[in-house]
Amino acid sequence: MDFELLVGIFPQVLIDGITLGFMYALIALGYTMVYGVLEFINFAHSEIFIVGAFVGVELLLGMKASGWLDALPWVLVLLLILVAGMAVSGVLAVIVERTAYRPLRHAPRLIPLISAIGVSFFLQDAIRLFESLWRNSFNLVYPTMDVLNERFELSSTIDVSVKSLVVTAAALLMLWGLYSLVNKTKIGKAIRAVAEDQSAASLMGINVNRIISLTFLIGGAMGGGAGVLFGVQYSLINPYTGFIPGLKAFTAAVLGGIGNIPGAMLGGLVLGILESFAASYLSLLTGGAFGAEYKDILAFSILILILIFRPKGLLGEVVRERA
Amino acid sequence: MRNFRIRHVLSALAIVALVLPTTAPVNAQSKGTIKIASQSPLSGGQASLGEGIKLGAQLAVEKMKGNLEKMGYKVEFVPFDDQAKPDVGVANAKNIIADKDIMAVIGHLNSGVAIPSSEVYKEVGVVMISPANTNPVVTDRGYPNIDRVCGRDDVQGVVGSEFAHGSMKIKSAYIVHDKTQYGQSIAEFFKADAEKKGIKVLGFEGTEEKSNFDSILTPIKAKNPDVIYFGGIYDQGAPFFKQAREKGIKAKFMGPDGMDSSDLTKIAGKAVVGMNYTSAAGPASALPKAKAFVDDYKKKFSKNPEPYAAEAYDAATIAIKAIEETAKKGKVSREDVATAVRKAKLSGITGDIAFDAKGDRLKAQYFVLTVVSDDPAKWGDNKIVKQLTIAPPEAKK
Repeated sequence: MDFELLVGIFPQVLIDGITLGFMYALIALGYTMVYGVLEFINFAHSEIFIVGAFVGVELLLGMKASGWLDALPWVLVLLLILVAGMAVSGVLAVIVERTAYRPLRHAPRLIPLISAIGVSFFLQDAIRLFESLWRNSFNLVYPTMDVLNERFELSSTIDVSVKSLVVTAAALLMLWGLYSLVNKTKIGKAIRAVAEDQSAASLMGINVNRIISLTFLIGGAMGGGAGVLFGVQYSLINPYTGFIPGLKAFTAAVLGGIGNIPGAMLGGLVLGILESFAASYLSLLTGGAFGAEYKDILAFSILILILIFRPKGLLGEVVRERA
Repeated sequence: MRNFRIRHVLSALAIVALVLPTTAPVNAQSKGTIKIASQSPLSGGQASLGEGIKLGAQLAVEKMKGNLEKMGYKVEFVPFDDQAKPDVGVANAKNIIADKDIMAVIGHLNSGVAIPSSEVYKEVGVVMISPANTNPVVTDRGYPNIDRVCGRDDVQGVVGSEFAHGSMKIKSAYIVHDKTQYGQSIAEFFKADAEKKGIKVLGFEGTEEKSNFDSILTPIKAKNPDVIYFGGIYDQGAPFFKQAREKGIKAKFMGPDGMDSSDLTKIAGKAVVGMNYTSAAGPASALPKAKAFVDDYKKKFSKNPEPYAAEAYDAATIAIKAIEETAKKGKVSREDVATAVRKAKLSGITGDIAFDAKGDRLKAQYFVLTVVSDDPAKWGDNKIVKQLTIAPPEAKK
């Protein structure tokens, strides 16, 4: 076994894992917030996420065609597409809640779940239809911004790209923003109150429907932002790209303790790093017997182990049972 | 009032019914309909190649159907979308064999779809002529109704490794594949021959990942191979190569015919310029007889023919000629068409075509090409650096 190689790539694998983990964390927030308030898994969230990526790429392509992409400073461009992606995804999540979930709120639990799966399919094919009519293409590519592709070489095996730094910074900023919104503001208090007990909250003068819409707006916006960052980082998207990251993020939310916001962040990070290590090290450690294709099996096996010993997730206790 | 209107409509219909037979010329002696189907991905990430197969076949059917129509048959072209998925391909195949008018299938794009689907075609003996399926298994099963006009992966993989060894003079390679029947097996052929030639294979890795290749690329970068070979299709290969360059990997890139689509440069841009790929189907520009085809194609569909469009055109031409031949003898049956196809000889736009006993093209052409530009519109200008004509290997017992 090439020990030097194993140690040599360690920091790089960790960096990649952290970048991926923050991406999962951002998406996981959408699942966990909705679950915290409604105890319901919004399976359409993976499409809300990818819609953000499509908004970003459409804007970038539009700016490229009109020449603005080179004229504007890249920070501004990035901020612009991030905000646009967040806005569209957030509003879309609210619309989905209004049309597909609210009418079913008092139905048995499985019914809105099925509705969510339906919305997910609907959105996938709606994007596909739109993009094939509009651009006549299935795969869309983020135009490259040269600044973002620059890399800092730390050693022959380790380097950090500006892109992953920007993605990580943006993710941290969004997570911090959300955390303070939920814990330090009046709106956050209202969200927590609704999560604790809807009828008691409405007796205290909180407009429950509005708070639920707001939860979807925030969760959707986080997902949309993650979509834009995903596109910037990995560059190729298609209407079905959202499914797998969505599933992984949902897993991250469960791992961290679903309904728990810091838990989603931690779960995302843990899953991202696990996956990254599995993909890079499996074939090196097993001499090629198990390749990178087994990364999900390894990551999920560890996950099952964690959940056997901590069934409510890593930070699960903080969520109290509803009476 | 209402009654009156209905009666009006009815009488109008009656008049039309009376007039029609007298105005339509030869329909009176119609012998029925003959349909030719195509199966290829028309939606999804590989649609641009699949669309090329469909349009190539469609062009051939429209151009060649005259003789059959004179004989009193109605000729139709029915495209199916297999979505590059085995299950969809098989479901379509079941619909195809249920439609007794379908006499031939032109398809598929993916070997992993063609192999299970052809098991269905075999049930009723409807002929499948493949323009693009290079996996050896397609014909090695020895079915009488499965033929192909393209080459084979066990030859193509060797053409690739020979080029890497002889012309590129590389010493080490890292091989990644997409875990499909096509991608994995061609990667294995490449690997086996590369090792025989003394190229050091530093890694052999399969992945279904479509967007994030970071964690696979890290060990590759550390091992620093001379060349990275990706056994798979462009929709996965393109982002892989793009991210490899962004990560600072300086290795040369190689791939099989799955990379042969303008979408490769559309997605990967500058990263793949200078990359070499092998092909079992030359670019239409390399085929002297294909010029009229290229012009017709451009005029009709207002785009350049993708790779395999010319092969699909030839495959459909063989199918129609075979159907004609059986029609001259009397009734058209699926078995007879399959037999006629196996015996067919065509001087097609991709060269002379004849099949051996198991359905492989007798003299298939193999190419090594270099990507010359990051502009997708210039994909057709890719430089041919090597061109070979190789007979298929004997069937293994």
